Amino acid sequence: MLRLPEFNYIQPRTLREATKVLADLAPNAMLVAGGTDVYPKMKRGQFAPRHLVSLRGLRELKGIRQTKDGLWIGAGESLTAVSRHRVIAKRLPALAHAAESVSTPQLRNMGTIGGNVLVDTRCNYYDQTFFWRQAVGFCMKKDGQICLVAPGSEKCLAIASSDTAPVLVSLGADVILVSKQGERRVKLEELYRDDGIDYCAKSQDEVLKGLLIPKEALGLRNVYLKLRRRGSFDFPILGVAATMDLDNQGECRHARVVLTAVASAPKVVAEAATLLQGKKITKELIETVADAAAKISHPLDNADLDYWYRKRMAKVFTLRALAQLAGLELVA
Amino acid sequence: MKKSKKNGADDRLTKRLLRLQVNGETKEVATEVSKTLLEVLREDLGLTGTKHGCELGECGTCAVLVDGEPVLSCLMLGIEAENTEIVTVEGMTQNGKPHPLQKAFADLGAAQCGYCIPGILLTAKALLDEKPYPTRDEIRQALAGNLCRCTGYTKILQAVELAAKEIP
Repeated sequence: MLRLPEFNYIQPRTLREATKVLADLAPNAMLVAGGTDVYPKMKRGQFAPRHLVSLRGLRELKGIRQTKDGLWIGAGESLTAVSRHRVIAKRLPALAHAAESVSTPQLRNMGTIGGNVLVDTRCNYYDQTFFWRQAVGFCMKKDGQICLVAPGSEKCLAIASSDTAPVLVSLGADVILVSKQGERRVKLEELYRDDGIDYCAKSQDEVLKGLLIPKEALGLRNVYLKLRRRGSFDFPILGVAATMDLDNQGECRHARVVLTAVASAPKVVAEAATLLQGKKITKELIETVADAAAKISHPLDNADLDYWYRKRMAKVFTLRALAQLAGLELVA
Repeated sequence: MKKSKKNGADDRLTKRLLRLQVNGETKEVATEVSKTLLEVLREDLGLTGTKHGCELGECGTCAVLVDGEPVLSCLMLGIEAENTEIVTVEGMTQNGKPHPLQKAFADLGAAQCGYCIPGILLTAKALLDEKPYPTRDEIRQALAGNLCRCTGYTKILQAVELAAKEIP
Protein backbone atom coordinates (compact mmCIF):
# COMPACT_ATOMS: atom_id res chain seq x y z
CA MET A 1 0.00 0.00 0.00
CA LEU A 2 1.05 3.55 -0.68
CA ARG A 3 0.71 5.29 2.64
CA LEU A 4 1.06 8.91 3.54
CA PRO A 5 4.16 9.79 5.52
CA GLU A 6 3.65 11.24 9.00
CA PHE A 7 2.85 14.94 9.18
CA ASN A 8 1.32 17.44 11.47
CA TYR A 9 -2.18 18.48 10.42
CA ILE A 10 -3.37 21.95 11.31
CA GLN A 11 -6.97 23.08 10.84
CA PRO A 12 -7.24 26.85 11.15
CA ARG A 13 -10.74 28.22 11.40
CA THR A 14 -10.17 31.62 9.84
CA LEU A 15 -7.99 32.97 7.06
CA ARG A 16 -6.27 35.22 9.59
CA GLU A 17 -5.37 32.23 11.71
CA ALA A 18 -4.14 30.35 8.64
CA THR A 19 -1.81 33.15 7.57
CA LYS A 20 -0.46 33.42 11.11
CA VAL A 21 0.28 29.70 11.29
CA LEU A 22 1.85 29.90 7.86
CA ALA A 23 4.06 32.83 8.81
CA ASP A 24 5.42 30.73 11.69
CA LEU A 25 5.93 27.50 9.81
CA ALA A 26 6.27 28.59 6.16
CA PRO A 27 9.34 26.74 4.89
CA ASN A 28 8.20 23.45 6.40
CA ALA A 29 4.49 23.83 5.77
CA MET A 30 2.28 23.20 2.78
CA LEU A 31 -1.28 24.25 2.19
CA VAL A 32 -3.90 21.66 1.40
CA ALA A 33 -7.42 22.29 0.14
CA GLY A 34 -8.95 19.48 -1.92
CA GLY A 35 -5.86 17.34 -1.49
CA THR A 36 -6.16 15.76 -4.94
CA ASP A 37 -2.67 16.82 -5.98
CA VAL A 38 -1.00 17.10 -2.56
CA TYR A 39 -1.83 13.64 -1.23
CA PRO A 40 -0.78 11.58 -4.26
CA LYS A 41 2.46 13.55 -4.34
CA MET A 42 3.07 12.94 -0.65
CA LYS A 43 2.46 9.24 -1.20
CA ARG A 44 5.01 9.24 -4.00
CA GLY A 45 7.56 11.23 -2.03
CA GLN A 46 7.42 14.29 -4.30
CA PHE A 47 6.18 16.48 -1.46
CA ALA A 48 7.35 15.95 2.09
CA PRO A 49 5.91 18.73 4.25
CA ARG A 50 6.31 18.55 8.01
CA HIS A 51 3.12 20.53 8.52
CA LEU A 52 -0.05 20.55 6.46
CA VAL A 53 -2.25 23.59 6.87
CA SER A 54 -5.79 22.82 5.81
CA LEU A 55 -7.84 25.44 3.99
CA ARG A 56 -11.03 23.39 4.15
CA GLY A 57 -12.66 25.22 7.02
CA LEU A 58 -12.08 28.74 5.72
CA ARG A 59 -15.28 30.53 4.81
CA GLU A 60 -13.30 33.45 3.35
CA LEU A 61 -12.31 31.17 0.46
CA LYS A 62 -15.88 30.27 -0.42
CA GLY A 63 -18.48 31.80 -2.67
CA ILE A 64 -18.97 32.74 -6.31
CA ARG A 65 -20.66 36.09 -6.73
CA GLN A 66 -20.99 39.07 -9.00
CA THR A 67 -19.56 42.28 -7.56
CA LYS A 68 -19.27 45.76 -9.01
CA ASP A 69 -15.77 44.85 -10.29
CA GLY A 70 -16.75 41.59 -11.91
CA LEU A 71 -17.08 37.97 -10.92
CA TRP A 72 -15.47 36.82 -7.68
CA ILE A 73 -14.61 33.14 -7.36
CA GLY A 74 -13.42 31.93 -3.96
CA ALA A 75 -10.31 29.78 -4.26
CA GLY A 76 -11.89 27.10 -2.07
CA GLU A 77 -14.82 26.45 -4.40
CA SER A 78 -14.79 22.98 -5.91
CA LEU A 79 -14.29 22.51 -9.63
CA THR A 80 -17.77 20.99 -9.75
CA ALA A 81 -19.24 24.13 -8.20
CA VAL A 82 -17.38 26.34 -10.67
CA SER A 83 -18.44 24.33 -13.72
CA ARG A 84 -22.08 24.28 -12.64
CA HIS A 85 -22.42 27.88 -11.53
CA ARG A 86 -25.21 29.60 -13.44
CA VAL A 87 -23.33 32.75 -14.46
CA ILE A 88 -20.17 30.85 -15.36
CA ALA A 89 -22.02 28.23 -17.39
CA LYS A 90 -23.86 30.96 -19.28
CA ARG A 91 -21.30 33.71 -19.75
CA LEU A 92 -17.99 31.88 -19.44
CA PRO A 93 -18.48 28.52 -21.14
CA ALA A 94 -14.70 28.26 -21.56
CA LEU A 95 -14.21 28.30 -17.80
CA ALA A 96 -17.11 25.93 -17.17
CA HIS A 97 -15.70 23.54 -19.75
CA ALA A 98 -12.14 23.82 -18.44
CA ALA A 99 -13.26 23.10 -14.88
CA GLU A 100 -15.45 20.26 -16.10
CA SER A 101 -12.61 18.71 -18.06
CA VAL A 102 -10.28 18.37 -15.08
CA SER A 103 -9.71 14.75 -14.14
CA THR A 104 -12.87 12.89 -13.04
CA PRO A 105 -16.22 13.72 -11.38
CA GLN A 106 -15.06 12.44 -7.98
CA LEU A 107 -11.88 14.52 -8.11
CA ARG A 108 -13.78 17.61 -9.22
CA ASN A 109 -16.00 17.25 -6.16
CA MET A 110 -12.84 17.39 -4.04
CA GLY A 111 -10.40 19.57 -5.99
CA THR A 112 -10.68 23.35 -5.80
CA ILE A 113 -10.27 26.06 -8.40
CA GLY A 114 -7.45 27.56 -6.32
CA GLY A 115 -5.66 24.25 -6.30
CA ASN A 116 -6.06 23.89 -10.04
CA VAL A 117 -4.69 27.36 -10.72
CA LEU A 118 -1.64 26.62 -8.57
CA VAL A 119 -1.28 22.96 -9.54
CA ASP A 120 2.27 21.63 -9.66
CA THR A 121 3.96 21.36 -13.04
CA ARG A 122 4.10 17.86 -14.49
CA CYS A 123 6.64 15.64 -16.19
CA ASN A 124 6.87 11.94 -17.05
CA TYR A 125 10.12 11.76 -15.10
CA TYR A 126 8.72 13.47 -12.03
CA ASP A 127 5.17 12.18 -11.59
CA GLN A 128 6.26 8.71 -10.56
CA THR A 129 6.63 6.77 -7.33
CA PHE A 130 9.77 7.15 -5.25
CA PHE A 131 10.77 3.63 -6.28
CA TRP A 132 10.51 4.48 -9.98
CA ARG A 133 12.37 7.75 -9.65
CA GLN A 134 15.11 6.12 -7.63
CA ALA A 135 15.53 3.36 -10.22
CA VAL A 136 15.75 5.75 -13.17
CA GLY A 137 17.79 8.35 -11.33
CA PHE A 138 16.29 11.42 -9.71
CA CYS A 139 15.68 14.59 -11.71
CA MET A 140 16.38 18.19 -10.68
CA LYS A 141 12.75 18.87 -9.72
CA LYS A 142 13.03 16.42 -6.83
CA ASP A 143 16.10 14.85 -5.23
CA GLY A 144 18.34 15.02 -8.33
CA GLN A 145 20.71 17.35 -10.19
CA ILE A 146 19.87 17.14 -13.90
CA CYS A 147 16.86 17.30 -16.15
CA LEU A 148 16.12 13.86 -17.54
CA VAL A 149 14.17 15.18 -20.54
CA ALA A 150 16.95 17.48 -21.71
CA PRO A 151 20.12 16.71 -19.75
CA GLY A 152 21.75 19.88 -21.08
CA SER A 153 18.97 22.09 -19.77
CA GLU A 154 19.78 24.42 -16.91
CA LYS A 155 16.19 24.68 -15.81
CA CYS A 156 13.46 22.19 -15.12
CA LEU A 157 11.15 21.66 -18.09
CA ALA A 158 8.09 20.28 -16.31
CA ILE A 159 4.83 21.34 -17.94
CA ALA A 160 2.16 23.81 -16.80
CA SER A 161 -0.86 21.51 -16.49
CA SER A 162 -3.77 23.58 -15.26
CA ASP A 163 -6.92 23.66 -17.39
CA THR A 164 -8.46 26.66 -15.71
CA ALA A 165 -5.30 28.82 -15.66
CA PRO A 166 -5.12 29.52 -19.43
CA VAL A 167 -8.83 30.35 -19.48
CA LEU A 168 -8.54 32.70 -16.51
CA VAL A 169 -5.49 34.38 -18.07
CA SER A 170 -7.40 34.79 -21.34
CA LEU A 171 -10.18 36.48 -19.34
CA GLY A 172 -7.69 38.84 -17.66
CA ALA A 173 -8.38 37.53 -14.16
CA ASP A 174 -6.67 38.87 -11.05
CA VAL A 175 -5.73 36.82 -8.01
CA ILE A 176 -5.98 37.93 -4.41
CA LEU A 177 -3.14 36.69 -2.22
CA VAL A 178 -3.22 37.06 1.53
CA SER A 179 -0.39 36.79 4.03
CA LYS A 180 0.12 37.92 7.59
CA GLN A 181 1.37 41.23 6.16
CA GLY A 182 -1.83 41.85 4.26
CA GLU A 183 -3.49 41.42 0.92
CA ARG A 184 -2.17 41.93 -2.60
CA ARG A 185 -3.89 41.76 -5.93
CA VAL A 186 -1.95 40.69 -9.02
CA LYS A 187 -2.67 39.71 -12.59
CA LEU A 188 -2.87 35.95 -12.75
CA GLU A 189 -0.38 35.73 -15.60
CA GLU A 190 2.20 37.50 -13.45
CA LEU A 191 1.95 34.67 -10.98
CA TYR A 192 3.52 32.21 -13.39
CA ARG A 193 7.17 31.75 -14.27
CA ASP A 194 8.52 29.65 -17.11
CA ASP A 195 10.48 27.39 -14.78
CA GLY A 196 9.30 23.89 -13.91
CA ILE A 197 10.50 24.12 -10.30
CA ASP A 198 9.97 27.77 -9.46
CA TYR A 199 6.76 27.98 -11.51
CA CYS A 200 4.75 30.17 -9.19
CA ALA A 201 5.42 33.61 -7.76
CA LYS A 202 3.14 33.06 -4.77
CA SER A 203 5.35 33.16 -1.72
CA GLN A 204 5.20 30.31 0.76
CA ASP A 205 3.43 32.31 3.43
CA GLU A 206 0.65 33.48 1.11
CA VAL A 207 -2.78 31.97 0.70
CA LEU A 208 -4.67 32.30 -2.58
CA LYS A 209 -7.97 33.73 -1.42
CA GLY A 210 -9.79 34.02 -4.70
CA LEU A 211 -9.96 35.14 -8.29
CA LEU A 212 -11.58 38.17 -9.79
CA ILE A 213 -12.72 38.11 -13.40
CA PRO A 214 -13.20 41.69 -14.65
CA LYS A 215 -16.71 42.74 -15.62
CA GLU A 216 -15.75 43.40 -19.26
CA ALA A 217 -14.63 39.80 -19.64
CA LEU A 218 -18.14 38.56 -19.01
CA GLY A 219 -19.13 39.99 -22.39
CA LEU A 220 -16.33 38.33 -24.37
CA ARG A 221 -16.74 35.34 -26.60
CA ASN A 222 -14.66 32.58 -25.04
CA VAL A 223 -13.64 29.00 -25.67
CA TYR A 224 -11.27 26.34 -24.32
CA LEU A 225 -10.04 23.35 -26.29
CA LYS A 226 -8.14 20.55 -24.59
CA LEU A 227 -6.01 17.77 -26.03
CA ARG A 228 -5.56 14.50 -24.16
CA ARG A 229 -5.62 10.79 -24.83
CA ARG A 230 -8.72 9.87 -22.83
CA GLY A 231 -11.94 11.80 -22.41
CA SER A 232 -11.50 11.83 -18.65
CA PHE A 233 -8.74 11.47 -16.01
CA ASP A 234 -5.99 13.01 -18.14
CA PHE A 235 -4.26 16.31 -17.59
CA PRO A 236 -4.06 18.53 -20.67
CA ILE A 237 -1.14 17.83 -22.99
CA LEU A 238 -2.23 20.91 -24.87
CA GLY A 239 -4.85 23.46 -24.01
CA VAL A 240 -5.92 26.52 -26.01
CA ALA A 241 -8.00 29.24 -24.39
CA ALA A 242 -9.22 32.11 -26.54
CA THR A 243 -11.34 35.21 -26.02
CA MET A 244 -12.66 37.61 -28.63
CA ASP A 245 -14.90 40.61 -29.03
CA LEU A 246 -16.34 41.75 -32.34
CA ASP A 247 -18.15 45.04 -32.99
CA ASN A 248 -21.33 45.35 -35.05
CA GLN A 249 -19.37 45.56 -38.30
CA GLY A 250 -17.57 42.32 -37.47
CA GLU A 251 -14.35 44.14 -36.68
CA CYS A 252 -12.25 42.61 -33.92
CA ARG A 253 -12.03 44.77 -30.80
CA HIS A 254 -10.26 42.27 -28.62
CA ALA A 255 -8.55 38.93 -29.14
CA ARG A 256 -6.44 36.85 -26.80
CA VAL A 257 -5.04 33.34 -27.09
CA VAL A 258 -3.39 31.53 -24.18
CA LEU A 259 -1.79 28.10 -24.41
CA THR A 260 -1.18 25.57 -21.69
CA ALA A 261 1.01 22.47 -21.51
CA VAL A 262 3.47 23.88 -24.05
CA ALA A 263 5.91 25.31 -21.48
CA SER A 264 6.28 25.59 -17.70
CA ALA A 265 3.86 28.52 -17.61
CA PRO A 266 0.72 29.41 -19.56
CA LYS A 267 1.82 31.19 -22.76
CA VAL A 268 0.09 34.24 -24.19
CA VAL A 269 0.20 34.37 -27.99
CA ALA A 270 0.95 38.05 -28.47
CA GLU A 271 0.12 37.92 -32.20
CA ALA A 272 -3.55 37.32 -31.45
CA ALA A 273 -3.90 40.89 -30.23
CA THR A 274 -1.44 42.54 -32.61
CA LEU A 275 -2.70 40.85 -35.77
CA LEU A 276 -6.42 40.63 -35.14
CA GLN A 277 -7.43 43.74 -33.23
CA GLY A 278 -8.94 46.44 -35.41
CA LYS A 279 -9.42 44.10 -38.35
CA LYS A 280 -12.11 41.91 -39.82
CA ILE A 281 -11.29 38.31 -38.97
CA THR A 282 -10.34 36.23 -41.98
CA LYS A 283 -9.13 32.69 -42.35
CA GLU A 284 -5.70 33.92 -43.47
CA LEU A 285 -5.33 36.11 -40.39
CA ILE A 286 -6.19 33.41 -37.89
CA GLU A 287 -3.87 31.03 -39.70
CA THR A 288 -1.02 33.45 -39.12
CA VAL A 289 -1.93 33.62 -35.42
CA ALA A 290 -2.10 29.81 -35.31
CA ASP A 291 1.38 29.59 -36.85
CA ALA A 292 2.63 31.97 -34.18
CA ALA A 293 1.03 29.78 -31.49
CA ALA A 294 2.82 26.71 -32.80
CA LYS A 295 6.07 28.67 -32.94
CA ILE A 296 6.06 29.54 -29.25
CA SER A 297 4.99 26.02 -28.24
CA HIS A 298 7.85 23.86 -27.09
CA PRO A 299 6.42 20.47 -26.25
CA LEU A 300 9.05 17.95 -25.17
CA ASP A 301 9.17 14.21 -24.79
CA ASN A 302 7.91 14.34 -21.20
CA ALA A 303 4.15 13.99 -21.56
CA ASP A 304 1.65 11.72 -23.28
CA LEU A 305 1.56 11.50 -27.11
CA ASP A 306 4.40 12.52 -29.44
CA TYR A 307 5.85 15.97 -28.93
CA TRP A 308 5.90 16.79 -32.66
CA TYR A 309 2.22 15.92 -32.82
CA ARG A 310 1.45 18.17 -29.87
CA LYS A 311 3.31 21.02 -31.57
CA ARG A 312 1.28 20.53 -34.75
CA MET A 313 -1.91 20.41 -32.73
CA ALA A 314 -1.05 23.76 -31.13
CA LYS A 315 -1.65 25.25 -34.57
CA VAL A 316 -4.75 23.19 -35.30
CA PHE A 317 -6.38 23.91 -31.94
CA THR A 318 -5.62 27.64 -32.13
CA LEU A 319 -7.12 27.73 -35.59
CA ARG A 320 -10.24 25.90 -34.43
CA ALA A 321 -10.64 28.05 -31.34
CA LEU A 322 -10.39 31.34 -33.23
CA ALA A 323 -12.60 30.15 -36.08
CA GLN A 324 -15.24 29.09 -33.58
CA LEU A 325 -15.18 32.47 -31.86
CA ALA A 326 -15.28 34.41 -35.12
CA GLY A 327 -18.00 32.19 -36.55
CA LEU A 328 -15.82 31.12 -39.49
CA GLU A 329 -16.18 27.79 -41.22
CA LEU A 330 -12.95 25.86 -41.53
CA VAL A 331 -12.71 23.50 -44.46
CA ALA A 332 -10.24 20.75 -43.78
CA MET B 1 3.43 27.76 17.44
CA LYS B 2 1.02 28.42 20.25
CA LYS B 3 -1.86 28.60 17.84
CA SER B 4 -1.04 25.34 16.14
CA LYS B 5 -0.65 23.65 19.50
CA LYS B 6 -4.21 24.59 20.23
CA ASN B 7 -5.26 22.96 17.00
CA GLY B 8 -3.81 19.69 18.10
CA ALA B 9 -0.38 20.28 16.64
CA ASP B 10 2.98 18.71 17.06
CA ASP B 11 1.63 15.29 17.81
CA ARG B 12 2.82 13.77 14.59
CA LEU B 13 3.20 10.29 15.95
CA THR B 14 0.21 10.23 18.21
CA LYS B 15 -3.28 9.14 17.39
CA ARG B 16 -6.33 11.30 17.41
CA LEU B 17 -9.89 10.49 18.28
CA LEU B 18 -12.09 10.80 15.22
CA ARG B 19 -15.85 10.95 15.29
CA LEU B 20 -17.28 9.80 12.00
CA GLN B 21 -20.84 9.37 10.76
CA VAL B 22 -20.70 6.21 8.68
CA ASN B 23 -23.83 4.70 7.13
CA GLY B 24 -26.02 6.49 9.64
CA GLU B 25 -24.07 5.42 12.71
CA THR B 26 -21.66 7.44 14.82
CA LYS B 27 -18.28 5.74 15.06
CA GLU B 28 -15.45 6.82 17.30
CA VAL B 29 -12.01 5.67 16.40
CA ALA B 30 -8.54 6.53 17.67
CA THR B 31 -6.21 6.56 14.70
CA GLU B 32 -3.22 8.25 13.08
CA VAL B 33 -3.88 11.67 11.57
CA SER B 34 -2.06 10.64 8.40
CA LYS B 35 -4.51 7.86 7.65
CA THR B 36 -6.76 8.35 4.67
CA LEU B 37 -10.48 7.83 4.96
CA LEU B 38 -9.98 4.64 2.95
CA GLU B 39 -7.53 3.32 5.53
CA VAL B 40 -9.74 4.32 8.44
CA LEU B 41 -12.79 2.65 6.89
CA ARG B 42 -11.00 -0.58 6.00
CA GLU B 43 -8.50 -0.97 8.81
CA ASP B 44 -10.07 0.72 11.80
CA LEU B 45 -13.76 0.19 11.12
CA GLY B 46 -13.54 -3.13 9.27
CA LEU B 47 -15.63 -1.83 6.37
CA THR B 48 -13.73 -3.63 3.64
CA GLY B 49 -16.42 -3.10 1.02
CA THR B 50 -14.54 0.04 0.00
CA LYS B 51 -11.65 -1.16 -2.16
CA HIS B 52 -8.16 0.19 -2.53
CA GLY B 53 -6.95 0.40 -6.08
CA CYS B 54 -4.30 2.83 -7.29
CA GLU B 55 -4.51 4.98 -4.16
CA LEU B 56 -3.53 7.97 -6.28
CA GLY B 57 -6.89 9.06 -7.67
CA GLU B 58 -6.54 7.31 -10.99
CA CYS B 59 -9.10 4.50 -10.78
CA GLY B 60 -12.19 5.39 -8.71
CA THR B 61 -12.68 2.09 -6.90
CA CYS B 62 -12.35 3.69 -3.45
CA ALA B 63 -15.20 6.14 -4.11
CA VAL B 64 -17.55 6.74 -1.18
CA LEU B 65 -20.29 9.30 -0.66
CA VAL B 66 -19.48 12.24 1.56
CA ASP B 67 -22.55 14.39 2.14
CA GLY B 68 -24.11 12.68 -0.84
CA GLU B 69 -21.31 13.45 -3.26
CA PRO B 70 -18.95 10.80 -4.61
CA VAL B 71 -15.36 11.46 -3.57
CA LEU B 72 -12.22 9.35 -3.46
CA SER B 73 -11.53 8.03 0.00
CA CYS B 74 -7.85 7.43 -0.87
CA LEU B 75 -7.27 11.16 -1.25
CA MET B 76 -9.11 12.40 1.80
CA LEU B 77 -7.94 12.11 5.37
CA GLY B 78 -10.14 10.47 7.95
CA ILE B 79 -9.93 13.66 9.94
CA GLU B 80 -11.22 15.64 6.95
CA ALA B 81 -14.35 13.51 6.93
CA GLU B 82 -15.38 14.53 10.43
CA ASN B 83 -18.71 16.36 10.57
CA THR B 84 -19.85 14.81 7.29
CA GLU B 85 -22.22 11.97 6.41
CA ILE B 86 -20.25 9.09 4.92
CA VAL B 87 -21.95 6.31 2.97
CA THR B 88 -20.02 3.21 1.93
CA VAL B 89 -21.25 0.29 -0.14
CA GLU B 90 -22.21 -1.45 3.11
CA GLY B 91 -24.69 1.33 3.72
CA MET B 92 -26.52 0.93 0.42
CA THR B 93 -28.82 -1.85 1.54
CA GLN B 94 -32.23 -0.77 2.74
CA ASN B 95 -33.86 -2.84 5.53
CA GLY B 96 -31.56 -5.72 4.74
CA LYS B 97 -32.54 -5.70 1.07
CA PRO B 98 -30.13 -4.79 -1.70
CA HIS B 99 -30.47 -1.36 -3.27
CA PRO B 100 -32.14 -1.44 -6.72
CA LEU B 101 -28.72 -0.67 -8.21
CA GLN B 102 -27.19 -3.68 -6.48
CA LYS B 103 -30.04 -5.86 -7.67
CA ALA B 104 -29.76 -4.59 -11.24
CA PHE B 105 -25.99 -5.18 -11.28
CA ALA B 106 -26.51 -8.74 -10.04
CA ASP B 107 -29.42 -9.47 -12.41
CA LEU B 108 -27.56 -8.24 -15.48
CA GLY B 109 -24.17 -9.65 -14.54
CA ALA B 110 -22.68 -6.19 -14.68
CA ALA B 111 -19.86 -7.19 -12.34
CA GLN B 112 -17.18 -9.63 -13.41
CA CYS B 113 -14.36 -9.61 -10.89
CA GLY B 114 -16.31 -6.99 -8.96
CA TYR B 115 -13.41 -4.95 -7.67
CA CYS B 116 -14.56 -1.69 -9.26
CA ILE B 117 -18.21 -2.20 -8.36
CA PRO B 118 -18.46 -0.59 -4.89
CA GLY B 119 -17.16 2.69 -6.30
CA ILE B 120 -19.42 2.44 -9.32
CA LEU B 121 -22.51 1.60 -7.25
CA LEU B 122 -22.02 4.60 -4.99
CA THR B 123 -21.22 6.97 -7.84
CA ALA B 124 -24.31 5.75 -9.69
CA LYS B 125 -26.39 6.15 -6.51
CA ALA B 126 -25.35 9.78 -6.24
CA LEU B 127 -26.34 10.28 -9.87
CA LEU B 128 -29.77 8.68 -9.44
CA ASP B 129 -30.38 10.61 -6.22
CA GLU B 130 -29.82 13.83 -8.15
CA LYS B 131 -31.26 12.81 -11.53
CA PRO B 132 -33.75 9.94 -11.30
CA TYR B 133 -33.96 9.55 -15.09
CA PRO B 134 -30.48 10.09 -16.50
CA THR B 135 -29.69 9.68 -20.17
CA ARG B 136 -27.07 7.19 -21.30
CA ASP B 137 -24.70 10.09 -21.82
CA GLU B 138 -25.27 11.45 -18.32
CA ILE B 139 -24.52 8.01 -16.88
CA ARG B 140 -21.31 7.82 -18.90
CA GLN B 141 -20.30 11.28 -17.68
CA ALA B 142 -21.06 10.42 -14.06
CA LEU B 143 -19.06 7.17 -14.22
CA ALA B 144 -16.16 8.69 -16.17
CA GLY B 145 -13.96 8.41 -13.09
CA ASN B 146 -14.50 4.70 -12.46
CA LEU B 147 -12.31 2.25 -14.33
CA CYS B 148 -13.37 -1.35 -14.95
CA ARG B 149 -10.73 -3.59 -16.43
CA CYS B 150 -12.82 -6.75 -16.92
CA THR B 151 -16.04 -6.45 -18.79
CA GLY B 152 -16.14 -3.17 -20.54
CA TYR B 153 -18.86 -0.81 -19.60
CA THR B 154 -21.95 -1.76 -21.58
CA LYS B 155 -23.55 -3.91 -18.91
CA ILE B 156 -22.66 -1.43 -16.22
CA LEU B 157 -24.46 1.32 -18.12
CA GLN B 158 -27.43 -0.98 -18.77
CA ALA B 159 -27.61 -1.89 -15.10
CA VAL B 160 -27.77 1.76 -14.06
CA GLU B 161 -30.54 2.33 -16.61
CA LEU B 162 -32.43 -0.69 -15.31
CA ALA B 163 -32.09 0.48 -11.71
CA ALA B 164 -33.37 3.94 -12.69
CA LYS B 165 -36.53 2.27 -13.97
CA GLU B 166 -36.89 0.14 -10.82
CA ILE B 167 -36.57 2.98 -8.33
CA PRO B 168 -40.08 4.24 -7.59
